Amino acid sequence: MSAAVVSAMSMLATATVVDRLVFVVGAMIILGGALGVVISRNPVHAALMLVTTLFGVAVLFVEQQANFLAAVQVIVYAGAIVVLFLFVIMFLGVDRRENLGEEPLPAQRPLAIGLVVLGLAGLLLLGIDAHWAVGARSVAGPAAGQAGGDVAALGRSVFTTYLFPFEATAALLVIAVVGAVVLARRPRPGYGPDEDIEEPEGAGELPGAERQDAELDDEVTR
Amino acid sequence: MSVPGQWFLALGAVLFSIGALGLLVRRNVLVMFMCVELMLNAANLTFVTFSRMLNDIAGQVLVFFVLVVAAAEVVVGLGLVVAIFRRRPPPAQGLTRSADWTAYPCSMPPI
Repeated sequence: MSAAVVSAMSMLATATVVDRLVFVVGAMIILGGALGVVISRNPVHAALMLVTTLFGVAVLFVEQQANFLAAVQVIVYAGAIVVLFLFVIMFLGVDRRENLGEEPLPAQRPLAIGLVVLGLAGLLLLGIDAHWAVGARSVAGPAAGQAGGDVAALGRSVFTTYLFPFEATAALLVIAVVGAVVLARRPRPGYGPDEDIEEPEGAGELPGAERQDAELDDEVTR
Repeated sequence: MSVPGQWFLALGAVLFSIGALGLLVRRNVLVMFMCVELMLNAANLTFVTFSRMLNDIAGQVLVFFVLVVAAAEVVVGLGLVVAIFRRRPPPAQGLTRSADWTAYPCSMPPI
């Protein structure tokens, strides 16, 4: 293990200064953002920290010559998914600080930390100490040194070797859109399978809405 | 020469662990979803690293598919969150332990 760490260290020393700098800065962005997601009290702040992490991952994609994936990462994740998160946060009105001090279940946090540390140790042992000589021949072609760069290589692979999975993702996206519409639509009384589900009185209102209404009424009467 | 792949793999492992920790510790459903996204991104980083180490484009293709599946997962998951929020009774009524979950506005009621 220590020999592997030493060899990784010496290999890091052979990397060029720019590569090392990009990796270290990207790693700091990623880890800072990830910790921010976990410990921020406000969901909006967590979403912004998530953008930071995703951007750092895109930087490391560029560092590894995966330019197309870096662009897709920024556009799809930071541009679409996080915006969707923020939209739902604002729509539900949960953009408030929550109290992280109280523990939801007894011993949940120590157990979670212990489990995660165990898992991390295993992953690190696998990642650093194992020798990745799989002996498998590449089925989809090499990643580097292709005409047109990684974009052309990825496109060729997606539209030849992985054509059927690519078509299946189209079906998956359609199903997801239909499912989201079905889930999020407001059930109308007397129509559809939601007929016998009684909506509780006041469901969907914000938790503080009544109090705000009362305050408004007070102001009006005053 | 570029940074060796082991460093990227280690970073991916740490990112995955942070995401798992957040998923286990936090109770807000939205933040839990974000932690799942962190874990997916750790897997993506690992895929791209292996794609470079083994010089095989299949890793990048897999990342492409993971992105699509993540987008679908977020859409359906947030639809579920909205549906749960709509069906649930307001905090002050119908619950004996309301104080438990008014602090976590988006978590499941502890019934």
